Amino acid sequence: MFDWIQQIADWLVYDVLGMQPENHLAEALNFFIYDSTKILILLFVVIFFMGIVNSYFPIDKVKNFLSRKKLYGLEYLMASLFGVVTPFCSCSSVPLFIGFVRGGIPLGVTFAFLITSPLVNEVAIGLFVGLFGVKTTIIYVVSGILLGTISGVILQKLKLENYLTPWVKDVLASAQREQDIFLQEKQTFKQRLPIIWDEVLKILKGVLPYVLIGIAIGGFMHGYIPEGFFEKYMDKDNLFAVPIATIVAVPMYSNAAGILPVVQVLVTKGIPLGTAIAFMMGVVGLSLPEAMLLKKVMTLKLIGIFFGVVTICIIISGYLFNMIL
Amino acid sequence: MTTKIQVLGTGCSKCKTMTSIVESVVKENNLNATIEKVEDIMDIITFNVMTTPALVIDGIVTIKGRVPSKKEVLDLLNSNAHKPESNSSGNCRS
Repeated sequence: MFDWIQQIADWLVYDVLGMQPENHLAEALNFFIYDSTKILILLFVVIFFMGIVNSYFPIDKVKNFLSRKKLYGLEYLMASLFGVVTPFCSCSSVPLFIGFVRGGIPLGVTFAFLITSPLVNEVAIGLFVGLFGVKTTIIYVVSGILLGTISGVILQKLKLENYLTPWVKDVLASAQREQDIFLQEKQTFKQRLPIIWDEVLKILKGVLPYVLIGIAIGGFMHGYIPEGFFEKYMDKDNLFAVPIATIVAVPMYSNAAGILPVVQVLVTKGIPLGTAIAFMMGVVGLSLPEAMLLKKVMTLKLIGIFFGVVTICIIISGYLFNMIL
Repeated sequence: MTTKIQVLGTGCSKCKTMTSIVESVVKENNLNATIEKVEDIMDIITFNVMTTPALVIDGIVTIKGRVPSKKEVLDLLNSNAHKPESNSSGNCRS
């Protein structure tokens, strides 16, 4: 499907620039042109598609759905699925949290949403398809959704309401399954399109520098680090690799766009995929800045439990990945 | 009548972009409006907004969770009936 991009990259590097195929720099440049073109196309497609879904199913509808429907345990999975199609800026996590809790949505279900949303989103999916192929992407998406679901169930079972900050407890006490009066907009697709289009361009513009820098670093490493370089340090049999990679990753913060191209190169150079993905999930899903934000609504103890449970789930999925892939 | 514009956001880059867009729209068109930044989370949630940045015109939430274009903001400010983007809150202006 993407052969033509490879041909363009070959033509540009070897014919137009006249570089030799054995040359490291030529190889790195070729890789950069091929990867960035392919990934931008995929990102565009996925972001556009998600933009359409999101336009018809915004966050308020998600909240209404989750607080209205009796789902017999499926609400965790639903919340996690909604997390995939509903992107939100990390600075919205507190108002989102309050909005959900106020709507009478259980804490665990709210967590399921908050965990999956940054892990599996349009940018991550687009990049994953471009870098690892469809099969790995599906496994990643499914495990991301399950991770949110299971963490949500566990966190609910732990009965953590007492560890919310006092004012949130008040909100919780007065929570009602109120329905926001929904002025259902009867916008046609044609009216929605300019807004969706605008958002697509904004998201693409926002992630573009990260993607390009990520791919450039990746391209550089691709050309210069020998195959299997990392294997001696981190092979599948090294049981500590996954936990260490995850724990190192948790305080760090980057979005999927910045980290994935680098992760891909690490994988081609011998780091097991599961270890690499656990690292990536730790970076994208949990971070110190997020913990700081959440301090408004949660006590330190609750943040600790939240991060702990998610970290353990990430480590487990890292091991699982290493076993199946 | 002076229009009261409020930009809700905890200070992330998107919120800053929205503020500067609103400011320049008001300035360029000589609109009679006051702009207030609402950065405290406790105040933000009283608007029943779940995603920031949000644009509030005369107490009505018009845009939330995204950065609008200048034209969109101007249209909203010019139309007397500030149409809410999707839902208006019920009874929980706590």
